[in-house]
Amino acid sequence: MSKLTLKTEGDTHVVVTRRFAAPPEAVYRAHTDAKLLQKWLLGPDGWTMPVCITEAKPGGKIRYEWTNSKGGEFHLTGEYVELEPYSRIVHVERMFLPDRTPDNHVETRFDADGTGTLMTMRMTLPNAKTRAAMLSTGMEKGMEASYVRLEGML
Amino acid sequence: MAMTMNLDMTFAALADPTRRAILVRLAKGEATVMELTAPFKMTQPAISQHLKALEDAGLVVSRVDGTRRPRRLAKVGIEAMDQWLEMLRKALEKNYNRLDAVLADMETTTTKRGERR
Repeated sequence: MSKLTLKTEGDTHVVVTRRFAAPPEAVYRAHTDAKLLQKWLLGPDGWTMPVCITEAKPGGKIRYEWTNSKGGEFHLTGEYVELEPYSRIVHVERMFLPDRTPDNHVETRFDADGTGTLMTMRMTLPNAKTRAAMLSTGMEKGMEASYVRLEGML
Repeated sequence: MAMTMNLDMTFAALADPTRRAILVRLAKGEATVMELTAPFKMTQPAISQHLKALEDAGLVVSRVDGTRRPRRLAKVGIEAMDQWLEMLRKALEKNYNRLDAVLADMETTTTKRGERR
């Protein structure tokens, strides 16, 4: 059973949805707590996130650094824009692969769904061209290096 | 690498609303440039240019039929794109499967400690 959907919307958006068996509060915490993020936001097997800075407040900084045993590494930086515990997070992020990718504006919603949660992550790229780049080369690099929030992706 | 560049062009081609509308029309069956131009407030050369972008991206192919050159969806290109999206879905799913385990663990810990929920 695939619980995840990923699709493009309009010219600049990518929308990812996923259901979780836990309530919104838990899913929200797993997206904002460094210790929890380090356990799951890792991409392919073999990667770890030794640095995880997540200042969960408006204007708070985000910095994730990943590494693998083969000496590969890359990082992501961002800023929190809005936080509504435990239902909504708005943040901006960009990856360094090592070149800086265009800012990805991300709104993540956590809606109660029975006893679980429906997460909807809506990414907005600056324009159609950068979305295309993210969906093809950018995301591919991100995945090889480790991490894709579908950032969707696709 | 060739695959990547092609996908880059594919998604770039898809970024335009007119081109997406052309694909939707072609999903219903073959059509000529003239037929494709009719529903849009655009000139035939403009539509031809969009068709070229779609052909370059591997999403549309044409065939020669006398003086007509009807276009249709390129199955291979569309499937390549689908496969790519599927791969990205799977990659994302890996993170979220791990998150499922983290959430299950949080639940257990919370219950054990006798905290909320």
